[in-house]
Amino acid sequence: MAVGNAKTLTKFIVVTLGMFGFGFALVPFYYKICEVTGINSGAEQSLAKNTQVDTSRWVTLEFDASINEALPWRFKPMQRSLKAHPGQLVQVEYEVTNTSDHAIVGLAVPSYGPARAAAFFNKIECFCFTPQTLAAGESRRMPVLFVLDPAMDRDVHTVTLSYTFFDAAAKGQASGSQKGLPRG
Amino acid sequence: MSDAAHAHDDHSHGHPTGIMRWLTTTNHKDIGTMYLWFALIMLFSAGTMALLIRAELFQPGMQLTNPDFFNQLTTMHGLIMIFGAIMPAFSGFANWQVPLMLGAPDMAFPRMNNWAFWMLPVAGLMLMASFLLPGGAVAGGWTMYPPLFIQGGISYDLTILAVHIMGLSSIMGSINIATTILNMRAPGLTLMKMPLFCWTWLITAYLLIATMPVLAGAVTMLLTDRNFGTHFFNAAGGGDPVMFQHIFWFFAHPEVYILILPAFGIVSQIIPTFARKPLFGYASMVYATASIAILSFIVWAHHMFTVGMPAAAQLFFMFSTMLIAVPTGVKVFNWVATMWKGSLTFETPMLFAIAFVCLFTIGGFSGLVLAIAPVDIQLHDTYYVVAHFHYVLVSGALFSIFAGIYYWLPKWTGNMYNETLGKWHFWLSVIGMNLVFFPMHFLGLAGMPRRIPDYALQFTEFNQIATVGAFIFGFSQLLFLAVVLKTVKGGEKASSRVWEGAEGLEWTLPSPAPYHTFETAPVVK
Repeated sequence: MAVGNAKTLTKFIVVTLGMFGFGFALVPFYYKICEVTGINSGAEQSLAKNTQVDTSRWVTLEFDASINEALPWRFKPMQRSLKAHPGQLVQVEYEVTNTSDHAIVGLAVPSYGPARAAAFFNKIECFCFTPQTLAAGESRRMPVLFVLDPAMDRDVHTVTLSYTFFDAAAKGQASGSQKGLPRG
Repeated sequence: MSDAAHAHDDHSHGHPTGIMRWLTTTNHKDIGTMYLWFALIMLFSAGTMALLIRAELFQPGMQLTNPDFFNQLTTMHGLIMIFGAIMPAFSGFANWQVPLMLGAPDMAFPRMNNWAFWMLPVAGLMLMASFLLPGGAVAGGWTMYPPLFIQGGISYDLTILAVHIMGLSSIMGSINIATTILNMRAPGLTLMKMPLFCWTWLITAYLLIATMPVLAGAVTMLLTDRNFGTHFFNAAGGGDPVMFQHIFWFFAHPEVYILILPAFGIVSQIIPTFARKPLFGYASMVYATASIAILSFIVWAHHMFTVGMPAAAQLFFMFSTMLIAVPTGVKVFNWVATMWKGSLTFETPMLFAIAFVCLFTIGGFSGLVLAIAPVDIQLHDTYYVVAHFHYVLVSGALFSIFAGIYYWLPKWTGNMYNETLGKWHFWLSVIGMNLVFFPMHFLGLAGMPRRIPDYALQFTEFNQIATVGAFIFGFSQLLFLAVVLKTVKGGEKASSRVWEGAEGLEWTLPSPAPYHTFETAPVVK
């Protein structure tokens, strides 16, 4: 009987020590599980992921800039074109320079081609929302932040965003509502 | 018979007397008695903490304590009740009853048995003494989560050491119990003839041997993070505090069943006795117990639904948790079927056993509610959880301990307890217990968070009911102490069978059970 008990005791001690080791083995095991399943990695938090991006198609975006002939400014996009998924947040920049010797207030008006894409072109940040005052010879880079709505028709493969800068004062005279704008 | 037993007692002359007798004893009955007294002292210590908590929560705002001391009280109440009161009490039952039920002369390793017990008072003293240290006792919750547990003061180191010691003690105790059950049964007593109490303790012992070392590993990592510059859980060094929660609950969910399986065993002995019918579905009881134990290893993350995990993992842990309701339901139905058409009498042990079946089932159902992941996210860390685990641990584990004490005390002392006082103790306990914990369901559903010393005004009434109930429940345990002391001192002599319907080897012995029993093994047909 005593021999049997000693044998059983040995077995249980081995199990006990094994389980003590298992407690520590859970550490690498935990990190491996997290790595394999991609949980808890910190860089890729599942909550922060944008699920609205339509990765099944690309849309070519073209950027165009022009100046109303009365305005002595130079205006150009920093990039001519790029490709993006609908739903993806895109940021581009335009550069504008006042080439005259006095400060001028300008206002940019966007247009879209094809025109039916306009309803799906959601601008979040744009210099066209406010009149821009540039001092003599001043140059400025201005961002445009936008998302193409994934609901946009699938047969639209290229969208052109075109801005035209007008002299805000001249526009004001035409509409009669911008008289109060500062000048020179 | 009784004289012969007495002669045996004298046989032990030359052995130490007084305090040395208890320090050096290797007798399973002495050690069982010591476990039970230790558990009772710890029950009153942690119970006093619970009453302080409830007194603070009698009104909103701060009355008696400050928030830090309140956190120390909740933490230590949990740690001491689990590791100091419930687990040692069940070990006490195992020490007394397993050899008597199996017809064994003693435990398999009597000297190790002595060591396993005497580690406990050391650990208990360390825990209690930590209140006196600078910064007070641990206040980070009984679950010992980092970062709090790697930031606290000296008492945190002391508590970790105490958990190590208590863990080692219960591993030694479990190895002893499992070996006794496996190797020392009387001839003819096959495993499937064994009393169910032995079965539940065998499975509990396996759970303890498998999971307690994992807890030891986890708290060792806490200790090295605190003192030796490792970064297992320290996010500042690239560790992950959530990993502690996974390792901890890998231990602590089986621990939940360690705290309840022996209770199932005790109740499964008592109900057939007072229903005067054999236990309904004995084999299914054994298989259900084993199923619960096995399932307990794959449900741990239901304690952590809110820490963030993929939906697939939430679903897995939700369904595996709900699966445990099946074997548990088998047990509850078996107890009810045992009572069905039985010749029932309602002595105190039976009253506690019936209260166990009813109230444990309430705790089981609120557990099912909490198992539902989307519901748990709402109820996590509210008083609903507090209500749930007190229904399974107070009206579950603790009531089964009371039932077992009333049931076997006449066998241990040779005297009957006072039935009138026993019934008073039962009714005060069952009313008090429900007054404390039932309103907590509503508090939790209304959103009252646990472990907070203050609360919003609208929670006042339910908290006041709970506090009144807590004081009724707490002080009625003094009645229990009085009943036990009275029975130890004297009382109506108990027959060897004690209860009319009692079956099993322990009832073939005279009452009180002699100091040495079954030196020649009985034969079971």
